[in-house]
Amino acid sequence: MIRFSEVYKRYPNQHEALSGLSFELDKGEMAFLTGHSGAGKSTLLKLIALIERSSHGQVWVNNQNLTRLPKWKVPYYRRKIGLVFQDHNLLHDRTVFDNVALPLIIAGENHREIGRRVRAALDKVGLLNKERSLPIALSGGEQQRVGIARAVVNRPPVLLADEPTGNLDPDLSREIMHLFEQFNQVGVTVFVASHDLELINRMGHRHITLHQGRLA
Amino acid sequence: MLKLNLHSYFTRHIQVMLYSLGQLWRTPAATAMTVLVIGIALALPAGLYVLLKNVEQVSSQWDDASQISLFLQHKTPDVRGKQLAEQLLTWPDINAVYYQSAKDSLAEFRQLSGLDALLDTLPSNPLPPVIVIQPKLAPSENEALQSLVERLQNMQEVELAKLDMEWLQRLRTINETGERGISILAILLSLSVLLVIGNTIRLAILNRQTEIRVIKLVGGTNAFVRRPFLYTGFWYGLLGGAIAWLTLLLTLLFINGPVNRLAALYDSHFTLNWLSGQMFIALPLFGLLLGVLGAWLAVGRHLNDIEPT
Ligand SMILES: Nc1ncnc2c1ncn2[C@@H]1O[C@H](COP(=O)(O)OP(=O)(O)O)[C@@H](O)[C@H]1O
Ligand SMILES: [Mg+2]
Repeated sequence: MIRFSEVYKRYPNQHEALSGLSFELDKGEMAFLTGHSGAGKSTLLKLIALIERSSHGQVWVNNQNLTRLPKWKVPYYRRKIGLVFQDHNLLHDRTVFDNVALPLIIAGENHREIGRRVRAALDKVGLLNKERSLPIALSGGEQQRVGIARAVVNRPPVLLADEPTGNLDPDLSREIMHLFEQFNQVGVTVFVASHDLELINRMGHRHITLHQGRLA
Repeated sequence: MLKLNLHSYFTRHIQVMLYSLGQLWRTPAATAMTVLVIGIALALPAGLYVLLKNVEQVSSQWDDASQISLFLQHKTPDVRGKQLAEQLLTWPDINAVYYQSAKDSLAEFRQLSGLDALLDTLPSNPLPPVIVIQPKLAPSENEALQSLVERLQNMQEVELAKLDMEWLQRLRTINETGERGISILAILLSLSVLLVIGNTIRLAILNRQTEIRVIKLVGGTNAFVRRPFLYTGFWYGLLGGAIAWLTLLLTLLFINGPVNRLAALYDSHFTLNWLSGQMFIALPLFGLLLGVLGAWLAVGRHLNDIEPT
């Protein structure tokens, strides 16, 4: 599903964040991406989401060579990737419902379908009763779950999460990770960057560990 | 299926359109200011244009006012003069002729000038017989008129052929100058409207950078991001155009009375042509175009700079 082949990423300031990285993730697999701060975890996920482009080497997702993907196709590609961030990236002037609905509105879904799918996603993360709230009125864990609902609402085959539990206490962290496992169980390929070793060691799944931009 | 898609396409556009209007409504003071600036900038050239059209209308009333005075040689007998006049009447570019004998000329001059005593002392009539010619040509057909004058001038009995329309030409030149001036003014003010809208949209974009990044992260195309801003420009332009029209209407209402009184003094049938119907269409339409264009330029410049990081 995700394949890196000799991937280098050099930022404009000449810093090399990834050096000759190769690995593969199967369809329907769940894996954790670990490594010290600055190891290149976020950079790696950004390459998959096409927020950044590799300087060298090739990235394949769903049999698509991202190196060759023209700029105008990027939005359509991103609709097939669910993204979850540490700081949620929610829009604070819109309700929970409107935040979760955003990917569907962008994709041009009709009104009824949007209502149905948003409620299904909110139900999945246990926030059905909060659809009219503004994100600011929610706790950190709840905000993160809104972010997850938004990431899965258009049923992407790939779900990426960059330190999704970074700001949460252990109980909430476990809850969130458990949610990811549930999506994985229905066939979604899940890739989660985290340095919460204690938690992810307990969960099992494959670990891909980075050290200074290389596989450790 | 296609019908459904088309339907939802229009629904979405209308939603964005109303959403943009709602956003403007939420900041009434800022919106009013922008709309007023646009309105005034559009009203100024439109007002001058209406004024010019009215001046043109007045001058067109004198369109058949051009006439040629043919001063014949002193010794030309009346018989010959009349004969000449009748001959001229057969020319294709001459509409009417009027023969005025030297005696008539003197009588007219005597009456107009009141210089009876002085004229009585003259040994002979100093005035020549005159043929007044009304050409079939409009004053705008300058070259044809000049050639006619030339042909008349070259006739044997003619001392002088004179075209009496210099003042009309002057008025026309002034009109043309005015028209060009207004065109330039309209272009400059349209540019400033473009800049005002562009700048306003630019600020709106900067205010919503976070939102734009998030939209792009979840797969929003540039077109999707652009749409609400284009509609914002659309509303600014449309409302600005409407304000311009209202301003124009109120101004005309204000000067209509004095203009009519002035016209009455000159015994003219002139009434101010408001062109209000034309302007009602033209101003909002033009404003709307400028609005969308200004927004398009602003969004085009800034949209690509705002990418998720
Ligand atoms: N936009 C950027 N420009 C320059 N250097 C960057 C940029 N983003 C990340 N880096 C550098 O690349 C390295 C890897 O960063 P990152 O992928 O964020 O690591 P991690 O997520 O594992 O902490 C770090 O040294 C970081 O300073
Ligand atoms: Mg990181």
